[in-house]
Amino acid sequence: MLNLNSPEFASSEITPKEKFLNRRNLIFGGLAAAGLASEVRKRLPPIGMPTVAFAASKLPTQPGSFSLSGEIVTPKQKATTYNNFYEFGTDKRDPSENAHTMHTRPWTVALEGLCANPKTVDLDTLMRYRPLEDRTYRFRCVEAWSMIVPWVGYPLAELIKFANPLPTAKFVEFISFFNPGQMPEAPSSLGFPYREGLRMDEAMNPLTLLTFGSYGETLENQQGAPVRVIVPWKYGFKSAKSIVKIRFVAKQPETTWNDLGPGEYGFYSNVNPTHDHPRWSQAHERRIDTATFPHTVPTLPFNGYGNQVASLYAGMDLNKFY
Amino acid sequence: MSTRAVRIVKVFVFLFCLAPALLMLQQFRTGNLGTDPVASLTHYTGNWAVWMLLTGLAITPLRRLTPKLGWLVRLRRMIGLFAFFYATLHLLTYVFLFSGFDLPGAIDSVRLGHWAEVRQKWLDVWPTLVDDVQKRRFIQVGLLAWTILFALAVTSSQWIMRKMGGRPWQTLHLLVYGAAALAIVHYWWLVKKGNLEPLRDTVILIVLLLARPAWKLVQQWRGRSGSPRRVGSPAL
Repeated sequence: MLNLNSPEFASSEITPKEKFLNRRNLIFGGLAAAGLASEVRKRLPPIGMPTVAFAASKLPTQPGSFSLSGEIVTPKQKATTYNNFYEFGTDKRDPSENAHTMHTRPWTVALEGLCANPKTVDLDTLMRYRPLEDRTYRFRCVEAWSMIVPWVGYPLAELIKFANPLPTAKFVEFISFFNPGQMPEAPSSLGFPYREGLRMDEAMNPLTLLTFGSYGETLENQQGAPVRVIVPWKYGFKSAKSIVKIRFVAKQPETTWNDLGPGEYGFYSNVNPTHDHPRWSQAHERRIDTATFPHTVPTLPFNGYGNQVASLYAGMDLNKFY
Repeated sequence: MSTRAVRIVKVFVFLFCLAPALLMLQQFRTGNLGTDPVASLTHYTGNWAVWMLLTGLAITPLRRLTPKLGWLVRLRRMIGLFAFFYATLHLLTYVFLFSGFDLPGAIDSVRLGHWAEVRQKWLDVWPTLVDDVQKRRFIQVGLLAWTILFALAVTSSQWIMRKMGGRPWQTLHLLVYGAAALAIVHYWWLVKKGNLEPLRDTVILIVLLLARPAWKLVQQWRGRSGSPRRVGSPAL
């Protein structure tokens, strides 16, 4: 059972990003105004950019199920410097540069809504509630790139059972942390806090992972620290980051990307090579692994997890409920 | 500025415009194109094409500020051709990388002389390209913008200008405004909703476009107030 009096972790220490001049800066600095140069620099591919160093701590883990074979794990350096986390800016390098401003301790997750056991749980208690498993999953972004990431967590189903949802609860809503002071780069055009949701049976599926870490260590802030979900058969944006509320609701909740572009981002958003995004094909993906130049590989239905989840959608027209 | 000085400036501007491409090549060779090199190359070449277009469009308003800047117009063709150069690199990146074409594999096949494999790789990706052009409006406007730049680039020489005659040539080259506008529309349509990245380039383009009627108004107002100022060339 959850014990609310357990000690807290010390706040993770953050090494500020070092800013040093490189040759490119000097060249442009000499030729153009400093403001222009910095704009140009931001647009250049990241040559010789220092990687932001965070104090990630090791997590005690045990081997998990659903292992992949024959796929090359994405190097952690790539998985933690190429992220979509719009609260920290829209460029994929922005989160790794800006997310250090987020305070991930103290942190609580509120279980609320239609459940018999609503409770606000401290993160460290939550993390110890069940043994942490290593689970290496395919991660497919809606933008047609993919990674192979070893996550650390336990099935979300365990926490849902603890909350004990009422029979009327048909959906689970996730609400992410939002604090404009800690997220000055957040574009005002998106309605924050970020909201996502799953149908109850999707949330209860053993694949759905309540995730605290990756690569055997705690999550980096830009990956959605300190706790997120990973729903590996859906496009990445369904896997809400930095969760502060888990709400049990009767109706399909409104979700951030679905609200912004219902024609582009469906509520289900299962990985589906036959249903194109209106602006690009979903038939292939660029696999970001150890290769310098990513190979293009065919995208699999349900991201290759059809055996585990296809039955959830039996009888549904997946081109209508995309 | 003397012709000699303009020539020297031209060399520097040429090198400056070429530098992004050389830098990109260097990053490619050293494997420093970031986590998703295909996306990096696509965005990088697209950005520079837009920036070259905007730089070219900035020349007329700038030189109208003062007669001393009149020589800037002599850089315009080169900058325009660089816009076409980066737009072409952008298009090639899309066709041979972004589309899912297995370029590293194809290069290996070419080395080994396995032409059937190259052909097969091309046939694999062809339906994606056709689909994109038929269905996706951001691809359509991008392709149209490139086509305009292509038409302007092939008619850019002095010789063709003389052949065509000044007026028709000038009318044709007014299409550069269309290319710039299409490029910006292409940018807005390709980013995700809520992403305001194209905003800065859009504002710059609007300012550059408004500078033209604004200048005309100023001229009219000056004409009415009776100052005997000679109106400059009616060109762009």
